[in-house]
Amino acid sequence: MRRGGFLFIAGFLAAPVALYAVLVIGPYLQAFQIALTNWRGVSAGADFVGLDNFARIFQDDMFWKALRNHGQMLLAVPLITLGMALLFAFLLNVAGRRTKGLRGSGFYRVVFFFPQVLSLAAVGVLFQLVYRPDESGILNRLITGLGLEPVGFLTDPSLALWSIIGVMIWSGVGFYMVLFSAGMAAIPTEIYEAAELDGAGRFRVFFSITVPLLRNTVQVAWVYLGIAVLDGFALVQVLSVNNGGPDGVTSVLGLQVWQHAFGNSTFGYASAMGVVLFFIIMSITVLTMRVTRREPLEY
Amino acid sequence: MGARVFNAIAHFMLALWAVVVIIPLLLTFLGSVKDISELFGDPFTLPSSLRWDNWVRAWDTANVGQFMLNSVVVVFFGVAGTMLLGSMAAYVLARYEFRGNRFIYYMFVSGLTFPVFLALVPLFFVVKNLGLLGTHTGLILVHIAYSLPFTIFFLAAFFKTLPTSVAEAAFMDGCSHARTFFQVMLPMARPAVVSVTIFNILGQWNQYLLPLVLLPGDAEDKWVLTQGIASISTAAGNQADWGALFAALSITILPMLVVYVIFQRQIQAGLTQGALK
Repeated sequence: MRRGGFLFIAGFLAAPVALYAVLVIGPYLQAFQIALTNWRGVSAGADFVGLDNFARIFQDDMFWKALRNHGQMLLAVPLITLGMALLFAFLLNVAGRRTKGLRGSGFYRVVFFFPQVLSLAAVGVLFQLVYRPDESGILNRLITGLGLEPVGFLTDPSLALWSIIGVMIWSGVGFYMVLFSAGMAAIPTEIYEAAELDGAGRFRVFFSITVPLLRNTVQVAWVYLGIAVLDGFALVQVLSVNNGGPDGVTSVLGLQVWQHAFGNSTFGYASAMGVVLFFIIMSITVLTMRVTRREPLEY
Repeated sequence: MGARVFNAIAHFMLALWAVVVIIPLLLTFLGSVKDISELFGDPFTLPSSLRWDNWVRAWDTANVGQFMLNSVVVVFFGVAGTMLLGSMAAYVLARYEFRGNRFIYYMFVSGLTFPVFLALVPLFFVVKNLGLLGTHTGLILVHIAYSLPFTIFFLAAFFKTLPTSVAEAAFMDGCSHARTFFQVMLPMARPAVVSVTIFNILGQWNQYLLPLVLLPGDAEDKWVLTQGIASISTAAGNQADWGALFAALSITILPMLVVYVIFQRQIQAGLTQGALK
């Protein structure tokens, strides 16, 4: 650290701080204020209504539907995505460990990771084609090929959310596999050699050594996926029928904030919903960090 | 279990997932050269002839060409601005002592935890009041502002690890603070700058919510690729031009595929390093 000229420091910080204050900090603070009003746009006045918006949110059917959807996604998406990512990372790194890794592992890594670089909007459009309700859809072609009736992946209320969850998994698995592979590569080989000398098999080594040592990475991945699932806007907005349908079974909070703000112009209500979403994300992040907290590992 | 059997099972499971990833993409490319009756038939069959006119309609009539150009402009200036302002702020915050340093640093970093939906309504009106609604300038400035937290967080950590002796030597030679930054310190931070640049390019290129809100429906000639492709998809249902939709989606995916295949090592490193920080 050194002391520099005031002009230099101010000169370097002025533009980024100004931009950030006007476009990020300002709006975040204003949101809390707008959430306490019944503001409906520029021309209409804004009356202070206290916590009315929040009271209405908690009586809003769609809000509870969205919350239930987030709950289901929070359980399913991280569990399945991370489970599959760990399995694939295990297969890539442990299979053929004594013969210098699995052949073609580079190919798998490149292919699995690719969905991560696509925008979720494009992925949503892509899966509209996959999920088309007749034989022209990829999945329904396979299903009718087995002699079964075509399925309405996005229109069947009991299936629609799972169809969205499937897309989240499809796009995430490769990213977390690469993340875990990097973590595994950082574990010193002596630990593995010691375990093998002690007669531990592949599976034993994986579950008793690799997974526990990856604990921090898995924890970070869990929080990341949790936050992604609490967003879900792009995918649901592009892919679901009637924006979060049928009948709200795929609706998410971000989508409702957007609908209330730019569909109904109920800006106060939309901001209040944003505040609720903010507190949900905060509590989940803090909770996950607390529950899974342990001493940092050093090797 | 024998190593051979184990490897065979491993290959089987990995190959299965590779197929699951590749098939939707492959059939989209295939569909982009089919005619309309073929598109309502079996997706796994080959087209009888290659209908490249789908691509022409997607590029011209459905405006994919315009959307892509808009995306390039928005991302180019957005990332350039992000990296310039972000690295300047990160450098000063990491290596200079002054009152309020920690306050400004935490103000930036706290932005990492806030959901954008919270700021959505006020942000819309701030941009509108600045007269920048429906303009690329507005979207670029917002992209820069919302990319600063991660950029500063990542780069400040890296600037802290650089040795002080090099900068001291530059000062001895009479370099100004600014010149030391641009000609000595920034080049030394190259690996971190490359990672964050990749991260920001992908993040801004794939952004959907902010363009949707800040470039509303009456500014269609300003739309970026993500909102364009989503809108074409909605329209395809009404106008039944499925060929153009398949072609538009292919045009969206292909450049990403090419860039990814060339830079996959850097991209994977850039994105995963971001997650591990």
